[in-house]
Amino acid sequence: MKLLFNYLIFPGFLFSACIGLIAGWIDRKVTARIQWRVGPPWYQNFIDIVKLLGKETIVPEGAKLTFLISPYLGLLSLILVTTILGKSVILPLESFMGDLIVVLYLLVIPAIAIIVGAASSRNPLASIGASREMKLVLGYELPFILSVVAIILKSKGAIEIGQILNHQINFGSNLFSWSGALAFIVAIFCMQAKLGFVPFDMPEAEQEIMAGVLIEYSGLPLAIFKLTKAVLLYTMPLFLIILFLGKDLSPLFIVLKYILLLVIIILIKNTNPRLRIDQALRFFWGPMTFLAGAAVILAGLGY
Amino acid sequence: MSHKVIVPIGPYHPLQEEPEFFRLYVEGEKVIDIDIVIGYMHRGIEELSEHKHFDQVTFLVERICGICSTSHPFAYVNAMEDLAKIEVPERALFIRTIIAEMERLHSHLLWLGLAGHFIGYNTVWMWSWRYREPILDMFEMITGNRNHYAMMKIGGVRRDIRDEDIPILKKALDDLLPAVDMFKGAVMDDPVIKARLKGIGILNKQQAIDWCVVGPTARASGINIDVRKDDPYGAYDRVDWNVILEKDGDIFAKTIVRILELYESISIIRQCLDKMPKGEIDANIKDIPPGEGIGRVEAPRGECFHYVRSDGTNQPIRHKIRAPSYMNVASNKIAAVGGTISDAAITLAAVDPCYCCTERLTVLNSATNKKIMNGWDLIKLSQKKTEKLRKDLGGGDKCKI
Repeated sequence: MKLLFNYLIFPGFLFSACIGLIAGWIDRKVTARIQWRVGPPWYQNFIDIVKLLGKETIVPEGAKLTFLISPYLGLLSLILVTTILGKSVILPLESFMGDLIVVLYLLVIPAIAIIVGAASSRNPLASIGASREMKLVLGYELPFILSVVAIILKSKGAIEIGQILNHQINFGSNLFSWSGALAFIVAIFCMQAKLGFVPFDMPEAEQEIMAGVLIEYSGLPLAIFKLTKAVLLYTMPLFLIILFLGKDLSPLFIVLKYILLLVIIILIKNTNPRLRIDQALRFFWGPMTFLAGAAVILAGLGY
Repeated sequence: MSHKVIVPIGPYHPLQEEPEFFRLYVEGEKVIDIDIVIGYMHRGIEELSEHKHFDQVTFLVERICGICSTSHPFAYVNAMEDLAKIEVPERALFIRTIIAEMERLHSHLLWLGLAGHFIGYNTVWMWSWRYREPILDMFEMITGNRNHYAMMKIGGVRRDIRDEDIPILKKALDDLLPAVDMFKGAVMDDPVIKARLKGIGILNKQQAIDWCVVGPTARASGINIDVRKDDPYGAYDRVDWNVILEKDGDIFAKTIVRILELYESISIIRQCLDKMPKGEIDANIKDIPPGEGIGRVEAPRGECFHYVRSDGTNQPIRHKIRAPSYMNVASNKIAAVGGTISDAAITLAAVDPCYCCTERLTVLNSATNKKIMNGWDLIKLSQKKTEKLRKDLGGGDKCKI
């Protein structure tokens, strides 16, 4: 019963979705202000979801069953991540061995769900979007995992989120060391790509392929994808806070750190054009992997 | 693996504001061929124009394009003045030039914003449209309208620029200059923009000549072509300015040409405001003699051409219009093929296309969706019509037609 509560309400689905939607509103509002626009009211993202729930779900002719299953798959696994992360922030001692690995695995599933859903929709634009998403996943996963490895090495080989937090409480946040800072830069860009924000929003590029991967979705499945994005906007910064800024996790500080990361995301989003997919791949496999590798070596040497 | 997929851009697509259809044949991300289909918005302006009297046509051609809404009337009044050999008052020429250059300012800023939007850089979009807004306000102050200014008139202009408006206009230009500096810096120094725009959508000099492109598209490929310099009209020969040339022919060059032209436009308007003489603004034309005339104007997108023929009545018997996009859109066939889909999106937009101005008549069979009438068919149809008229009027050599 308690597990179900954790999963569905706090710190799982309901809580994270609310925070994510509010964060999405902050993103829209700040973006609007940067662009000399007014921006939507605070409940805009909520009523967007509610409106989508009331719309008809149209399934394209010949679409496979995976077309309808994949949105749920992505959301369910993401909520699992959110629950694990949220619980280990509240009760660091109750985390289990290897939960970091589980989190890393489950974080890829939303992207895979998008790929599967788009590929089964039989739309050429969606399949182009799916192939872009696939290339993007291949691009950012390697540097992202390397930057996590750097943190694992810094925390004396701990693959448990509780231990990583403990290590930071004793020795200071990981960010304030050479390897931690490098890995943090890499992780920020990987987070941007995972969230699918500019400059890495080519799977959804509306001017090129008209929302690409999501083009055939409508109604409830589209709402689920939107919710997944919203929850991701809560989960990814939280994950980075745990990895890099885990010294003081009192509610006030965690909110401040979250807002700091949100500001970084919004700034990157608003000061860059969209990259081409080959440029994004080159960016992740070139400079980012190099930086992440350097971070791993530095962490291994103890810096 | 060769797997050809068709990516449709159009007829209705978020990339373009107007209905047109680009059929991209792609392999993976690479565009290997492109079909350009226009003709969704044919309005029959030329035919309409032949049923209105000369003064009304000025307002009609203003509606050809919402952005070059002064270039078309400007070219039309040039054609009419060429036809009727009208001496236009000096002050009117300066006012026309000021309006035309202000139009270039707002059009180039509009394109810059759209270009930003097409590469996913919405901040540039919103910012450049914000700085376009004061120019529209200036238009409203001078002409009373934000978009269709209705300033041109055969033999002059309809409204004068009041003396008390001139300092306000100068102030607006002064305020615009830092913004243009900022955009120039933002485009020239941003490595990501450079990575997206440099070396893609290339139209080299020879290709540009072969495809007869005009305006900033041609100037970015190193062709020194500008009606304002080559065949001066308005007050362009009375002020000092430069034609902006780039030689790379890629999207980056096209962007730079347009941004640098903003500086030239500001300088032209300032000089015009200083040199503008006092006096009449209208030659008060009453009658149009029979004859024919052409008018050429450098619209923000390139050369805009009008041909008018009069038979002494108060309506043109032939009015031929060629908007600049008609030449430029076809060059996408060269520029967009070989790039990726992402490049194609910005390449298609980089000629600053304006489809409504460009439309030509096409006749489709709705059942088979095949074109049943092309240019040659239309010529044959026209010959048939002439033949029929000949017969109706009695035929023979005395026939008027």
